[in-house]
Amino acid sequence: MAEREKELAAVVSQEQIADGIFSMWIRTKAAKTAKAGQFISMYTNDPSKLLPRPISICEIDRAQEMLRVVYRVTGEKTGTKQFSELKAGDAILLIGPLGNGFPQLKKKAFLIGGGIGVPPMLELAKELDCEKQIIVGYRDAQTFLKEEFEANGSVYISTEDGSVGTRGNVMDAIREHSLTADVIYACGPTPMLRAIKAYAEEKGIECYLSLEERMACGIGACLACVCKSKEKDAHSNVNNKRICKDGPVFLSTEVEL
Amino acid sequence: MNMSVNIAGVEWKNPVTVASGTFGSGAEFCDFVDLNRLGAVTTKGVANVPWPGNPTPRVAETYGGMMNAVGLQNPGIDLFCRRDIPFLRQYDTRIIVNVCGRSVADYCEVVERLANEAVDMLEINISCPNVKEGGIAFGQNPKAAEEITREVKKYAKQPVIMKLSPNVTDITEMARAVEAGGADAVSLINTLTGMKIDIERRTFAVANKTGGVSGPAIKPIAVRMVYQVANAVSLPIIGMGGISCAEDAIEFLLAGADAVSVGTANFANPGVTAEIVDGIEAYMKRHHFENVSDMVGLVK
Repeated sequence: MAEREKELAAVVSQEQIADGIFSMWIRTKAAKTAKAGQFISMYTNDPSKLLPRPISICEIDRAQEMLRVVYRVTGEKTGTKQFSELKAGDAILLIGPLGNGFPQLKKKAFLIGGGIGVPPMLELAKELDCEKQIIVGYRDAQTFLKEEFEANGSVYISTEDGSVGTRGNVMDAIREHSLTADVIYACGPTPMLRAIKAYAEEKGIECYLSLEERMACGIGACLACVCKSKEKDAHSNVNNKRICKDGPVFLSTEVEL
Repeated sequence: MNMSVNIAGVEWKNPVTVASGTFGSGAEFCDFVDLNRLGAVTTKGVANVPWPGNPTPRVAETYGGMMNAVGLQNPGIDLFCRRDIPFLRQYDTRIIVNVCGRSVADYCEVVERLANEAVDMLEINISCPNVKEGGIAFGQNPKAAEEITREVKKYAKQPVIMKLSPNVTDITEMARAVEAGGADAVSLINTLTGMKIDIERRTFAVANKTGGVSGPAIKPIAVRMVYQVANAVSLPIIGMGGISCAEDAIEFLLAGADAVSVGTANFANPGVTAEIVDGIEAYMKRHHFENVSDMVGLVK
């Protein structure tokens, strides 16, 4: 029998927290089982837009059955623009939680987020029980979620324009502060993840990367959102893994970026 | 009320199946829809050996639809037989295996391998626009289409459905060709070749440059082609192209389809197929149809 469904959830609150960056709390059954690093597929109310948008989970309130998503509006007339126009009390259709989420090890950790890869690190920062060094990279002084990270570990900022923290990227911040870790968790743009993967593998550090790719189904059927895997994958029988189903979090040594 | 249909000698409990490639082999969808509710499950295309598919991005949204260039990634027939057929056999639904290949010999190898497997029908994909060899090469030339149908039929133990491409001047010519080759049924339409450009990055939206367009935006084209083919050949027709609700499915039946496939709509709502079955039944009640097959081709 069918156990899961596209759920009619409710927007609890919506606010803009930086240029083009919005934060929305949603009351949803998905909150009951959600884990840090998982995502939800969100649907617009626009019938010309069929596909769900995969959005990472930023915070989980299991007691209140609420999830927080922090997302970027990618342009006018986009699905994310339509999400940003939703108000408290509005309905939103979604499926979730989806994907595997981050493992949680009791080891001195780097939590690294870049750009719109920053939000999923917040729930992980709240849940991880270890020494946490949170390295977050932004374009400029709009360091969204910074204060919330500071409540959950030591925070190091990098900005592309040098307006806050280290000028450059997250790797520059790690070098500037001579930080060390025994495990790395990261989410962000592919060039950033590629640099982190190279760094982790050179130093022999266990490293978990959350990947992104355009999706259609979000549940592992359509094979749109694959990444290259080092070994032949047991499900696909080729060197491809499904980001939506087998990921989005992968051990860095499993995948090729 | 009788929802069952007979497609080339195979009885389905209702006329609703899924379009190949949108439903995997059912395992990923079984949490969202009771597979027992479907007339048949049509599996994602499988070849003689595993195929890695195309580079990413493989999909892009388009107005009222989407474009894909997955490139027929599949695990190969051996793993498919070992894992996917036993999975589907747990359900009371017909199994249609979609077969792809790069050469006639590739197709025949898969069809022969399936001869003694517990599957009900074969769908031969001669219409995928996203692979360089095989696929559509057979689907745009009537001689090649007739020839591959004839070859596949030599090895097939199950009824053979030839899946037709809309990327042709006259789809009835292709339907007649596969009928002449001995096809037991046809399914149509596969996706329409399209292109989308990302103007911010100034690049193609899918890495393959072109992709197959599907979804509600293409439905009127599909209905027209089903109507034309229904008037050109006497084969059973499985109609598809943008079906996302029961009303859409009924349109195809009235145009001449004996059964329907739901494709892209599975991504918009993974539980949609069961809703479509219920909706067809409600329509039959409302309009006093005793048999679902009584609706087929009613609009002349």
